[in-house]
Amino acid sequence: MKPAAFSYLRPTSIEEALDQLAAGTGAGAKVIAGGQSLGPMMNMRLATPAQLIDLNDLTELAYVREAGDWIEIGALTRHYQLAESPVLRRHCPLLAQAAQTIGHYAIRQRGTIGGSLAHADPAAQLALVAVTLDARLKLVRPGATRSVQAGDFFASAMTTALQPDEVILSVQFPKAAPREAASFNMFNRRHGDYAIVAAATTVAVEGAIVQRVRLGLGGVAPMPRNLDELALPFLGQVPGEQWIKRLAAAAREAIAPEDNPRISALYRQELAERLVARALSQAISLLHG
Amino acid sequence: MNKQSITLTVNGRNVEFEAEPRKLLSDALRENCGLTGTHVGCEHGVCGACTVLVDGRPVRSCLTYAVQMEGHEITTIESVGEHGALAPLQQALHEAHGLQCGFCTPGIVMTFQAFLADHPDPSEEEIRDVLSGNLCRCTGYQNIVTAIQLAARRMREGAGHVAT
Repeated sequence: MKPAAFSYLRPTSIEEALDQLAAGTGAGAKVIAGGQSLGPMMNMRLATPAQLIDLNDLTELAYVREAGDWIEIGALTRHYQLAESPVLRRHCPLLAQAAQTIGHYAIRQRGTIGGSLAHADPAAQLALVAVTLDARLKLVRPGATRSVQAGDFFASAMTTALQPDEVILSVQFPKAAPREAASFNMFNRRHGDYAIVAAATTVAVEGAIVQRVRLGLGGVAPMPRNLDELALPFLGQVPGEQWIKRLAAAAREAIAPEDNPRISALYRQELAERLVARALSQAISLLHG
Repeated sequence: MNKQSITLTVNGRNVEFEAEPRKLLSDALRENCGLTGTHVGCEHGVCGACTVLVDGRPVRSCLTYAVQMEGHEITTIESVGEHGALAPLQQALHEAHGLQCGFCTPGIVMTFQAFLADHPDPSEEEIRDVLSGNLCRCTGYQNIVTAIQLAARRMREGAGHVAT
């Protein structure tokens, strides 16, 4: 349970980090931020990078700030900072709620949003919220930056659109509408474990009428699923009990989770239906509150 | 191979030693700093036994390399309390039977040293949420929760040794 040998670099600027990564990509260099996923993988020797480029001194990449209709979050922002941010609680409560459920207290002190998105675990909270809210990721390599939609960023389980010499610089999430509420719901067997299934939703209304529903599910496919299209026939209505029930049933029908001996596909489908119903119902009761 | 000089600031003291970059902070504390109060359990961030404070915040020392910690303040269980005068958390764990074998205890004490400093009056639910990051195979947790509540109350009242 000790990591394999590696050499260590500790850049003090993003430019320096990118140059080091560009120079080291062919030779097994990897960036490390919070290390809460890469650390265990290295200890178990599932990952054996020849060189670690430590981003932890780039404290200028740890921020949450408003940018017009968006909230911009630096890649080195820690999970606890997301959960405690007054800006996020007000303008992007889904993200703050979800961050509070990641791992354990000590893990949240160290893990970063950039690291979690780059790691791309199919059951991870932040990947699910990014896909649900159509977040935009800003990626940088020497001399070039580009913006990628979360839906295009996740290619498969633990696989992303990041090129070997690219690093996530920041992530932008849309601000919630004035009459919009959010709810994040997940199920796991032990507190702090990855979710078996997780549901994320926002519901926006005008008066009592639903204007927009965002809906995402994690743990039901190799990457998070955005199910906004399912909700289109449900707009323009008053969201009552039957409305919730029918939308949750539609979500269950829309997914085809993997069937494995430990967790059956049927179990994940039933969980998805229950969690979607619970999330919708919580969001709607917040709107009434 | 490739050992380098590393200087850590642990409990206010500088310790210099030679180690490879892959040396885990948990192993460096035990083997290079002679501080064996930090325990090593699962070595992949699940059990919480190796929790120490880095700049005042709880961190899994098994998921951190010693070389990364140069320039940061590390606080371990050895800095908490002293012989004959236990810290409030330690005293409460003792009185409420919050430990048996003691293997997980240093990690629990360090986690809640930080948590109670930020949250002096936590709910039972908050305590259980934080405690979920520290596995204990002896106590069944109930007495640990009781002890943390007792310690929090005493720390709020500003005295570590008030009779219950």
